[in-house]
Amino acid sequence: MTEAAIRVENVSKRFRMYRERNQSLKAALMRGKRATYEEFWALRDVTFDIPEGSTFGLIGENGSGKSTLLKCIAKILQPDQGQVVARGRLAALLELGSGFHPELSGRENVFLNGSILGLGRKDLEAKFDEIVDFSGIESFIDQPVKNYSSGMYVRLGFAIAINIDPEILLVDEILAVGDAAFQQKCMDKFADYRKAGKTVVIVSHAMGSLRSMCDHAAWLRKGQLVEVGTTAQTVDDYVDATHVERPVEVAADPNRWGSGEATINDVELINAAGIRSSRFRTGERLTIRVDFDFHQRIDKPVFGLAITTLDGVYLWALHSRDGEFVPDSVQGRGSVEMTVPALMLQPGTFEVTASIVDYSTTHTFDFLRNCTRFDVDLGHPRESGGPVALGGSWGNLREL
Amino acid sequence: MSLSSDLRASREILSNLTMREVRGKYKRSFFGQAWSLLNPIASLTIYTIVFGFVLRATPPPGEPSGIDVFTLWLACALLPWNFFSATVLGGMSALLGNAGLIQKVYFPRYTLVVANMFAGLVTFGFELLVLAGIAVIFGSNIWIWIPLVLVFVALLALFGLGIGLMLSIANVYFRDTAQFVGILMQVWFYATPIVYPVTLIVAAEADMRENGNDFPLLWFYQLNPMERFVQIFRDLLYDNRLPPWGDMAYCLGATAVSLGLGAWVFSKYQARIAEEL
Repeated sequence: MTEAAIRVENVSKRFRMYRERNQSLKAALMRGKRATYEEFWALRDVTFDIPEGSTFGLIGENGSGKSTLLKCIAKILQPDQGQVVARGRLAALLELGSGFHPELSGRENVFLNGSILGLGRKDLEAKFDEIVDFSGIESFIDQPVKNYSSGMYVRLGFAIAINIDPEILLVDEILAVGDAAFQQKCMDKFADYRKAGKTVVIVSHAMGSLRSMCDHAAWLRKGQLVEVGTTAQTVDDYVDATHVERPVEVAADPNRWGSGEATINDVELINAAGIRSSRFRTGERLTIRVDFDFHQRIDKPVFGLAITTLDGVYLWALHSRDGEFVPDSVQGRGSVEMTVPALMLQPGTFEVTASIVDYSTTHTFDFLRNCTRFDVDLGHPRESGGPVALGGSWGNLREL
Repeated sequence: MSLSSDLRASREILSNLTMREVRGKYKRSFFGQAWSLLNPIASLTIYTIVFGFVLRATPPPGEPSGIDVFTLWLACALLPWNFFSATVLGGMSALLGNAGLIQKVYFPRYTLVVANMFAGLVTFGFELLVLAGIAVIFGSNIWIWIPLVLVFVALLALFGLGIGLMLSIANVYFRDTAQFVGILMQVWFYATPIVYPVTLIVAAEADMRENGNDFPLLWFYQLNPMERFVQIFRDLLYDNRLPPWGDMAYCLGATAVSLGLGAWVFSKYQARIAEEL
């Protein structure tokens, strides 16, 4: 392993949580001190090295101190104990375009922002065209930036930050910038960075993209370092440890309708071991059990199940009529199961919708949209992106 | 890291931030940069009417220059005061006003306060040029005093900067500072012989002595470093004489204390400002 680009040595950072945040002089004089506050350790004795040339992920739940650590590395915050030693010029992409002066033109702001990020005038002049080109706002560069759309604003900010060519780049969950084409440009730029052997530190909650981008990762929990190592190992351990079983709940009204002759009491997700779970791996067996109560005898009822992504993309549905499972009639309480032998979904979180309808599927007895959720973790087949796994394979290379 | 080596390293930032202040200030106003001259002309006119005509403050004519123009006499003190006031008040809000920047990017924080001072210096420089031109027209012989004027412009800038550095920090920790200082600066303005001659204070002390009160009014009055500064600028620009050595030494001392204290306070507390903002 090469030398460390950043050494984090016993870093602790304490924040003051003011019980009564009062910054007035009167309050200060009356109390005899500024204010009463409680101390809160955002970081506690964190030590690790970030090797030069690595793409390093910082993971952890909200409030675990990732961003605080990133700000300590960026020198925006000063640790109360310990120190951070960084070798080489450092640029932090925390909030893009934060130093822009709204009344000044884009051109003037490039020079202003660039110098704040540590670049001299000559270097900036040399890179100016590249920056403007990258941001894709050539025709607006002499307009005051207050007339820019928010997209143009961050694009220019990003273009400056990435083109000042730092040896170490700190990124805080900001890659959702601009349209797809611009995002692609950013990703390409990051790839170039890694190829050039520069160090990138990323804070993110998107485990999928972390896994594909980073080679090393550190996991923080409540300000303390839990684990540091290769991304695959750290992320797996993190996902395993932090996964909370979701309580299975039947959602309330707005997502439920139907005439009510038959009702769904519960929708259970059952894994290959026959145990109720809300967490599956790609390729694992999934059984969905619908507990129902038919308040009267109904002939040829049809049970329906559907899966959507969290943002509502409709991925799959199967009702029992298409599944060629049509009971003559049902009455009273009971349950029915639908089994998927191998769950062909890639890692993510998904919603389940369940319904009971009549044989014509035009009359709804009970319909529960998004009544339960489950998470899919990495399994087999292991594929690269998107919600569905198709089990593809590469081969048949021919050189002509 | 010493302040001066740090200063050199951040020259680029400073020049850009200064440009931002100077260009941003009057952007989109119809008269643009002309306002930086129109503003002092307006206040000179007001003070000339109120104190020159209505209250009839009569400063002694320039000695040895022999000039006797109230407005010119006023400008020789008012313009340095305006610069000082802008340095202090602007410096005070420099950190708070750039909270977004401070919380997102690391760069030497004092550059914000220093850039504000430089922006004021640019304006003051133009004003001084115009003032010098007018003074020459009225018969002031300022040429040999130019080096000393420049020295005291620099000292005044550093004196104001020291106070600005202290207040910028105080303003982050106590938001009352801005209000408080606003009032204080008004008091300070009238406690400095800008719109009236210092001879009025001498006369007041003589009156008090006649009434059996031996209070050393003038001594107290002259503790104010700005009193010395404006007198020095008047000596140089209006009277064309060498200011008393004592005054010059006092200004130098006051500047050293202000800047030393300002730099100390600032470096002691700057580390925490990103989280206190």
